Parts: sequence; structure tokens; C-alpha cells
Amino acid sequence: MALLTCTDLSLGYEGRIIVQGLCFEVNSGDYLSIVGENGSGKSTLMRTVLGLQPPLSGKIETRDGLKLTEIGYLPQQTAVQKDFPASVTEVVMSGFCGRAGLRPFYNAAEKAEAASNLEKLGISNLAKRCYRELSGGQQQRVLLARALCATKKMILLDEPVSGLDPLVTNEMYEIIKDLNTHSEITVIMVSHDIDAAVKYSSHILHVGRDCFFGTRDEYLGSDRFALFGKGGSDNG
Amino acid sequence: MAELFERITEYLSYPFVIYALIVGALVALCSSLLGVTLVLKRFSFIGDGLSHVAFGAMAVASVLNIKNEMPVVLAFTIISAILLLRTGQRARTKGDASVAMISVGALALGYLILNIFSSSGNLSGDVCTTLFGSTSILTLTDTEVWLSCILALLVVGIFVFFYNKIFSVTFDETFARATGTKAGIYNLIIATVVAVVIVLAMNLVGSLLISALIVFPALSAARVFKSFKAVTVCSVILSVSCALAGMLTSILTGWPVGSTIVAVDIVFYGIFTIAGFMGRLSAK
Repeated sequence: MALLTCTDLSLGYEGRIIVQGLCFEVNSGDYLSIVGENGSGKSTLMRTVLGLQPPLSGKIETRDGLKLTEIGYLPQQTAVQKDFPASVTEVVMSGFCGRAGLRPFYNAAEKAEAASNLEKLGISNLAKRCYRELSGGQQQRVLLARALCATKKMILLDEPVSGLDPLVTNEMYEIIKDLNTHSEITVIMVSHDIDAAVKYSSHILHVGRDCFFGTRDEYLGSDRFALFGKGGSDNG
Repeated sequence: MAELFERITEYLSYPFVIYALIVGALVALCSSLLGVTLVLKRFSFIGDGLSHVAFGAMAVASVLNIKNEMPVVLAFTIISAILLLRTGQRARTKGDASVAMISVGALALGYLILNIFSSSGNLSGDVCTTLFGSTSILTLTDTEVWLSCILALLVVGIFVFFYNKIFSVTFDETFARATGTKAGIYNLIIATVVAVVIVLAMNLVGSLLISALIVFPALSAARVFKSFKAVTVCSVILSVSCALAGMLTSILTGWPVGSTIVAVDIVFYGIFTIAGFMGRLSAK
């Protein structure tokens, strides 16, 4: 059974349609990459899946008790965070905020889970450090740990490697792959890095004028990859 | 030195001085609590805008001869706070423009209304008091002291109860929304509490200087401390100490209360900036 099914989605703002007739599903354990040109509607799709904005038409359904608010989200970093005084633990714990509801403080189970997520990503040693003083790659891992705290099943990553150097980029991709295979976390990744998408993911959704959805192998054989994939790798 | 100490004890034997110190400390405490959030959310100017709205409301209330003007001013300021924060969310670029518009507009209209309709003989004195606080803190009535205490308690209670939510919404509102935190409600709560604090603080430093109470302690603390909790705690302690020091100085010297407190805040901002700089140097 699919964890997340989107049927005939139309996306956009205030009546201006960006994407139409979008159909795809994400099964438990999948690694879906959402690729496409700038302005093709990747971010809009992501915001819609997260429940931050309603679709113009169409349906988003979830099963197995997954709620849209239980998708762990790794956003792109904002300017506010660059000089924000917060410890790594504080940032990671805030992943539980939505789940805690009206309960004012976090409980022991949540603290233990946060510690285990830090360990999983190899950053236990950073727990007491100040978030703003970390390197880009370390900050990204901290935000990933926070995303894991907000979910048990699915994470959605928005350009997870933007601004990272090549070495750290590879590390990040390996961590995500590892979460997908060993921790059985379903991954949806929004990216313009076609090479990495093809290398790591099991399914690909290409958003644009003609949308493509299928497995990685189907995508490699498609016209969309021939046009966009080659161009993408030439540039990148 | 002993003479100075004697004079302070003498002043402390007057109940109105004690009242002033209590209310001053409470106001400093509340404003610094919120200051951390506002500064980090890039909303520092909302405090400034709202204080001018409160001035406008005060002017209208005094022209209409309303005896207990605090509730009127409070209601007016809360509504403006909610409106300002909502426009700030919808269109980011227009947020600061609307704050500027409302703040200057309220200031100008307030002064205009006072000028046209006021029957007071000492108009510029009244205006100066509202803008810079001056002595009104020393003439607080029992009711005002109690009201201030209750409101301050409420602000602290709300802040502690929603502490984790406030952190989450401040650090990353999009993430908070996406993972099921009702960010809109918490923004509303923050706006309301800001309005309450500003109306409280008008008695102390006047409407022009309120921003200083909100902004300086938080910025100073953020220079040195590295976790949200440490910054909040430090900012509260710093703000209360500066307020008490400023008030005592002003009582002894006869300097205006509001400006003296802000001057102390500025001095400590300088000290903390240097301390933070030294800390980073030694870390390297």
C-alpha cells in the first residue's frame, strides 16, 4: 500500500496554475527524487505535500496512520538562523514541538529519542555546541536530526546539499541513503542535482510541462532524461 | 559613600519609590523576555510601531476624558499588534513599510488631536511625559501597581508555558508549521503579549523609548551566550538590573527615569559586545 498518494494535483497560487495533472505515489521504503527546472513547481509541490498550502485541485491521501504533519521536513536554511543563538540540542528537540501538542515541556522518552537521532547521524559530540558556529555540513546534519524527531516514517528534504562542498555533499547523500536502507525511513528529496537523483533514488518525479513519474530505470530510458539529464550534468 | 547609602535607604522608606521600583523591575523583566523573540524574528520595529500607536490611543483617551485610560489603550494596541503581525506575514516586503506608516501616523495624529482638543494648560509637558515617561512612574496608584503585577505575572506565565513553542516558531516557522505547530496562534499570542508589555512600559520609559527596553538586553545577551535558554535568562537578569540601577540613579540625581535606564542599557550593550568579541578571540 502506498504511504502517500497524489491524484490529479493542480498546483499554483491564486488561480495561476504552475503544474497540472500530477499523479504519483510513494510506498513505504521508497526514495523518491523530485527534479525539474527552476520555477517548474518543485517547491510548490513540496509546500503542498507538507500541508503549508492547499492544492488548487486534486487529492493528497496518506495511509498507515501517516499524517501530513508527521512528515519530517528538512527546509533550506534561512537568514534568521545564521546568527541565531541556539544549542544543537535545543534545535533538535524542537522537532518534537508539533507532536507535543499543548504539553509545555518535552518528556524523557523524547530526550532519549533526540539523543539517539544525534548518534545515528554521528553528531552526538556536537550536542552542546552552538548551532550558528557549526560548518554548513554539520548544520545540515543537525536539521536532519530535527526532521527525524518529527517523524517515524517519512522525511522530505528540500535541496539538502545546497551550499555544501563536494566532499560534504557526498557524505550527506550517503547519510540519507543510509537512513533509507537501514532505518527504513521513506525519503522524498527535492533536488536539481540529476546525477545524484539517478544515483541514489528508487523513483523519480520530473516536474515540468510534461511530468514524468516512474522508477529510476524507467527514467533513464525516457526522453525527459535524454533532454534534461544530459544538459544538467553538462552544467553541473 | 556612606552618605549615598543613607540617601538611598531614606528614599526606599517612601512607598511610592518602592512601587516604582517594583513596577519598573516587572516591566523590564517582561520586555526583555519578549525582546529575545522579537529581535531574533527580525520584528524589533514592531515594538517601536506599537508604542507610537499606544501614544495615539493615549491622546484620544485623554481628549475624551476617559478616567482609567489603560484598558482603552491596551485594547487599541492589541488590535494594532495583531494587524501588524498579520501583514508582516502575508507580504514580507511590505511589512516594514506598514510598521513605519502606522507608527508615524499614530504619533502625528495623536499629537494633532491633543493640540486641537486638549483643555490642558501644559500641553507640551503632557506630551513630553507620554513620550519620555518622566515622573509618572512615581505617581502610580495602588490599582495601577496591582494591575501591572497581574499583567506581568500573566506574561511570564504565558512565556514559560509556551517556551518550547516560542523557540520553535522563532527558529524556523516553516518547519514548525509543516510539523503541526499552529504557528499562527503563537504569533497571535506573541503579538498580544507584546502589546500588553508596551502599554505597561509606557509608564516607565514613555512611548519613544520602549523599543530600547525590548531590544538592548536581548542583543547584549546574544553577543555572549550561545543557547536560547542562556540568552533568555541573561537578558532578563540584565534588563532588571539595568532598570533598577537606572531608576536609583535617576532618583538620586533627578535625571529623567526613562532615558537613564536606556543609557544604562546602552553601556551594558557596549560591555557585552566587547566581552563577546574577547570570547571569540580566545576561542580561536
